[in-house]
Amino acid sequence: MADALISPEVGISFWALSLGGIAYSAKKLKDNMDDRLIPLMGVLGAFVFAAQMINFTIPATGSSGHLGGGMLLSILLGPYAAFIVMASILTIQALFFADGGLLALGCNIWNLGFYTSFIAYPFIYKTFTKRGKNLFIATLLSSIIGLQLGAFSVVLQTYFSGISELPFNTFVMLMQPIHLAIGIVEGLITAAIIRFAASVKPDILEAVYNLNNQTYTRSMKKVIGLFVILTFIVGGFLSWFASTNPDGLEWSVEKVYGKPELPEKEGGIIAKVKEIQEKLAILPDYTFKKAETKEAPAQEEESYPNIDVGTTVSGIAGSIMVILLLMGTGFLIKAFKKRAV
Amino acid sequence: MKFDNEFFSLGYIDRLSYKETFIHNIDARVKLAISMMFIVCVVSFPKHVVLSLIPFFLFPVIFLTVGEIPLGFIVKRLVIVIPFVFFIAIFNPIFEKRVAFYIFNIPITYGILSFFSILIRFVLSVSMIILLVATTSFSGICYALRYFRVPEIFITQLLFLYRYIFVLSEEAMRMVRAKDMRSFGNKGTELKFYVKLTGTLLIRSILRAEKIYHAMLSRGFNGIMPYRKKRVFEKRDFLFLIVSMLFLYLFRFFDIIKFVGRIFVRGLS
Repeated sequence: MADALISPEVGISFWALSLGGIAYSAKKLKDNMDDRLIPLMGVLGAFVFAAQMINFTIPATGSSGHLGGGMLLSILLGPYAAFIVMASILTIQALFFADGGLLALGCNIWNLGFYTSFIAYPFIYKTFTKRGKNLFIATLLSSIIGLQLGAFSVVLQTYFSGISELPFNTFVMLMQPIHLAIGIVEGLITAAIIRFAASVKPDILEAVYNLNNQTYTRSMKKVIGLFVILTFIVGGFLSWFASTNPDGLEWSVEKVYGKPELPEKEGGIIAKVKEIQEKLAILPDYTFKKAETKEAPAQEEESYPNIDVGTTVSGIAGSIMVILLLMGTGFLIKAFKKRAV
Repeated sequence: MKFDNEFFSLGYIDRLSYKETFIHNIDARVKLAISMMFIVCVVSFPKHVVLSLIPFFLFPVIFLTVGEIPLGFIVKRLVIVIPFVFFIAIFNPIFEKRVAFYIFNIPITYGILSFFSILIRFVLSVSMIILLVATTSFSGICYALRYFRVPEIFITQLLFLYRYIFVLSEEAMRMVRAKDMRSFGNKGTELKFYVKLTGTLLIRSILRAEKIYHAMLSRGFNGIMPYRKKRVFEKRDFLFLIVSMLFLYLFRFFDIIKFVGRIFVRGLS
């Protein structure tokens, strides 16, 4: 997920959700944590980073892949610690590798942290593994499901943001199969790495598991319930916002008619729906004066040929002037700096 | 080699962030808040808006020049991370073919407009983030996060992570180099070698964590990372905050482009 593709409502909602998750996990960890876990979390986070830099070739395809790490962290550290470590990894990635974005960070923490730590791990991994049995199947399944949920969540966030024109179905069809493949590879290598480590140094992994069991209490159902409620609140909030943006509706209309422009008489229905939506919404279509004048042609399709030539010319001239001004400022500051040195 | 590049660019940002310029000396809390507001402002425009985004480039330009950050570095980063956004954005002209207006008889569709809008959003937000971290030390950012009441354990994690990324990446790099020197061509990148390499790294990491824990204990660790308590909020920080917010407000709610264009056109005629 990237800043350029999300709307502020989506970004801020998921920031709230992710911060809630972090605060909750932090509280849980504080309540019953061995101090030993602190450096272990930090170093394992750094390990995931370092491991991501090592590439391998995927058999038969020749393309290269790397470890995502969410599942590995959950297995080793338990859900709360893993969620926090994952969040910190994504924060560093957003800041230093510009991977994702500042506003999209909330979405990314949610997509890559929440589903693996709080859904795949407790409900799939834990139920499949009883004392180290079925490690491969459990890891594989939970990786796949964690990533599928994450990918679907990316699609939902993009859809609700309404910046991309990709239709919901097409986007789902693009994202889910790709992430199925990624999930399979991720699950297999995660299981293989853990099994290798356990075969070489069984005592070390055992110690790690003991640390994690200490903090992992099986009160997941309450957590999930809490988050389901939270998600519904956010979802309701989002869809309410999205309904002020009629693009989704236009899309389905377009599909029905098979052509982009509506027959004249159907305009009445759209207008009426819009009217209702505008009445319901507190902030109808971002009613900021200037944005409105720009957006207006997008709403009423008939008006576009009447666009004033003068405004187009002054728009082009204005942008060129502003760009020149900006570049001038840059060069001036640079020149000034050089002289000052 | 890709691996070395990733690793060194991280160290490069770290070095950049310890420069002493006006921008570097601004309080981290101010810079973090301004960056966040900047991105929210940029992203909050309706999706077909292209021109109104241009004035926002003032912020990256100021950070870049005053902060003495090389432009090439930013461009390189932008190129590395663009594929995902580009891949999504490219669908907009395909799916949205309604014509918005004509420029010299060339039809411009809404899809094309939103495509460019996404690209500009991308360049603005990403360059702002890179410039933020290139002009702010990481401990400063953590201080700001602490000030904004982010849970302590999360900040501890960030500090740990930032320190040990360098250590473990170096370790990983040594291992990969050693392996590369003993294998020819594409050999040694198969899955089974990868698993052994990464598994060994995992064990070493866990052992290292144990050592770190004991070292921390011997230095009086009690569960909380100590930090410098207070940072002074100076007059120039306050001034920078107010002026930046003023500009953001102007750029967001007034059509600068149209205003400048009108003046220009009127001046010609």
